[in-house]
Amino acid sequence: MIALGPVDYLLMLADVLVEVCCLVFLLKRRAFSQYFTLMLYFCASIAIEIGRFSIIKTAGFTSNAYLYFYFYSDAVLTICLYFVLMTFYAHVFSEMGVSKFVRGGAMLLLAGTAGISYHMVAASTDRLVTHFVVELGQNLYFVGVLLTYLLWGAMVKMRENRTRLMQLVLSTGVILSAFAGSYALGNLYPSFALWRYFFPLINMWLPVSWAYTFWKVPEDARMVTARVLAPNR
Amino acid sequence: MIAILIFGVSGLTLLQFFVSYCHSLIAESRGYKLSEQGREISGITANSVRGDEFRRLLQLIAICPEPGGDHNQVRAVSIYFGLLGLFRILFGWIQPAVVRWIESERGGCAYLAAVMLDRRIAYNRVLMARQMSTQL
Repeated sequence: MIALGPVDYLLMLADVLVEVCCLVFLLKRRAFSQYFTLMLYFCASIAIEIGRFSIIKTAGFTSNAYLYFYFYSDAVLTICLYFVLMTFYAHVFSEMGVSKFVRGGAMLLLAGTAGISYHMVAASTDRLVTHFVVELGQNLYFVGVLLTYLLWGAMVKMRENRTRLMQLVLSTGVILSAFAGSYALGNLYPSFALWRYFFPLINMWLPVSWAYTFWKVPEDARMVTARVLAPNR
Repeated sequence: MIAILIFGVSGLTLLQFFVSYCHSLIAESRGYKLSEQGREISGITANSVRGDEFRRLLQLIAICPEPGGDHNQVRAVSIYFGLLGLFRILFGWIQPAVVRWIESERGGCAYLAAVMLDRRIAYNRVLMARQMSTQL
């Protein structure tokens, strides 16, 4: 039986702490109304971390209860990240007045991804609910990557120059790609021992990079997009 | 099969997003003018910083107390700097233009490190001034 050591608990605590820090930065910079979904994401993430900890304490790390809670809560967090992405889309396309279509399209994509994941699991020989949620997690992250890539492409094309928005979108792209890649690798090598340290570690990227952006980059900071594509030009 | 495909595409997009994120940090730092004190301490005289000064600047950053928050950005740029080094070893021999491009990128990394050091020095000066005023 695998038991959690001090490193695991330390990583969990660090995750919660950096998320709380980012929330504080968001509130301090008075950006919560503009980026409400970011706050929603962090509140959900903190609540889920606490939930995971209490399930580990009551049922154990290797229990089915923890396994189900882990993957389903991860799917909930990814959906929250979709809402964050929608906010970014809304900011980028704010002057075009297409936010309704963006919201509708993202919801359709979300439902489509869940449908495809269900179909993939239903077609396989072992129809396990756990397989569905792992498949769903991997596919949700991947669709998230594609959506972020599309958004970044649109930002480059439209010569978006808001530094804060650029850094927020790029750091979201980094985390979504890292998660999608590691989920896919996790599907290929599920018994790799370092996964339990790897996921909490990369989980810290988003709150840390967002906190840095809100702390260092003012809302009115502008940057030429070409400089991001080729900084020394 | 799908997992392998997702892994491959995600790996590529991760690289693209990571490089663009590092570029945005470097581009943001370009707008920052290094202070005289920062230049003096870091030993930088010219307006641009050479790539091979990056390691030395990192060592200076490590001994300078941080105001908090920029540690991971320093690490991200260090990873990018390392990737550039690897890229130079792998592809530098093909085209001299590649080496020139890598050197200018590494110079950008070094300038960002100088800016971070400068910010830390400024932060510590403010801290010291506050401490001295409370002692008085």
